[in-house]
Amino acid sequence: MSLRSPLGTAKGLGSAKDGLHHWWAQRVTAVALIPLTVLFAFQVALLSMSDYKTVIDCIGSPWSSALIISLIVAAFYHAALGMQVIYEDYISNKAIRIGAIMTTNLMLFLLGTAAIIAVLRIALGG
Amino acid sequence: MAEFTLPKNSVVQEGKTYPAPEGATNVQEVHVYRWDPDSGENPRLDKYTLDLDTCGPMVLDAIIKIKNEIDPTLTFRRSCREGICGSCSMNINGRNTLACTKDISDIDGPIKIYPLPHMPVVKDIVPDLTHFYAQYASIKPWIQSTTPPPPDKERLQSKEDRAKLDGLYECILCACCSTSCPSYWWNGDRYLGPAILLQAYRWLADSRDENAGERLDELEDPFKLYRCHTIMNCTETCPKGLNPAKAIAEIKKLLVERKIA
Repeated sequence: MSLRSPLGTAKGLGSAKDGLHHWWAQRVTAVALIPLTVLFAFQVALLSMSDYKTVIDCIGSPWSSALIISLIVAAFYHAALGMQVIYEDYISNKAIRIGAIMTTNLMLFLLGTAAIIAVLRIALGG
Repeated sequence: MAEFTLPKNSVVQEGKTYPAPEGATNVQEVHVYRWDPDSGENPRLDKYTLDLDTCGPMVLDAIIKIKNEIDPTLTFRRSCREGICGSCSMNINGRNTLACTKDISDIDGPIKIYPLPHMPVVKDIVPDLTHFYAQYASIKPWIQSTTPPPPDKERLQSKEDRAKLDGLYECILCACCSTSCPSYWWNGDRYLGPAILLQAYRWLADSRDENAGERLDELEDPFKLYRCHTIMNCTETCPKGLNPAKAIAEIKKLLVERKIA
């Protein structure tokens, strides 16, 4: 039980004076993902009947690999931002919430890095 | 985790049934959520059958009739009975609205009355709105200005500037919108909710106010403001036909304008 006033409870620790960046970055990555996903889907469709060497050459070309790496960065960053919002909405236990956000961010960072290295190896002939 | 099922002591049980008065031909069944904090019992659903030929046209008339003629223990809030005080907000057939402006004839089958969702209940259909009002006080809902008012007249506002308050000043703080918002259900302790954010925008949009910067500073917060995901339940349910979701979007636009655009 607490005798803190209702206004004191409502004000809590005050405003974080932050949140715009997270919200804006989520929208910017969402907009960026539209052309990047469409282009990637077209490329996959065009290459679906090609042999191994054609696919490697096409993905490894400078513009193609740059666009795919951009898609990976935008997609994984967007996923991290979005998952954080979902955890904040539905997980009320703070320890579990922070743990879930950290685990997800680390996993997405690891998977994103692995995906980028895969593209770079094709592009740079590793 | 967010709780999706009721705790054991909140499960609604079958309540008492009150039959229709003798000789009544035009009858209407009304189911009402009942809970008495002093009884130690679970909430229950009481079923009343009213004679509509001797009842007023609105749901509030039916509730008043129950209290006056059938069951004086029924507890509810009401005052103006014309949609301007916001006291009789409650959940009627699954939708938050004002009992005094809800026509009985608009409802098919039994009228089902519950308190506003996801709020602590004081008794029967009276919710505890203490935190909601404290959140309202926290946004400083009054004019803030360094320039002193003119000594010989009121602070002037052009007609165009006054028009910017239309769709905002009509809010009666009935809490129908906030208590229909899932984000407010899960994080209402910190999220201000649609009603309070609409009020916050009402002061940001007022040409006479000089504290927009401080107001935006106070609102920019992942929980106070950015829990809104434009679910739109608030706009859907507002008994005054207002658009809190748009007001929240306007606050977000002002924050973008200040930092990015």
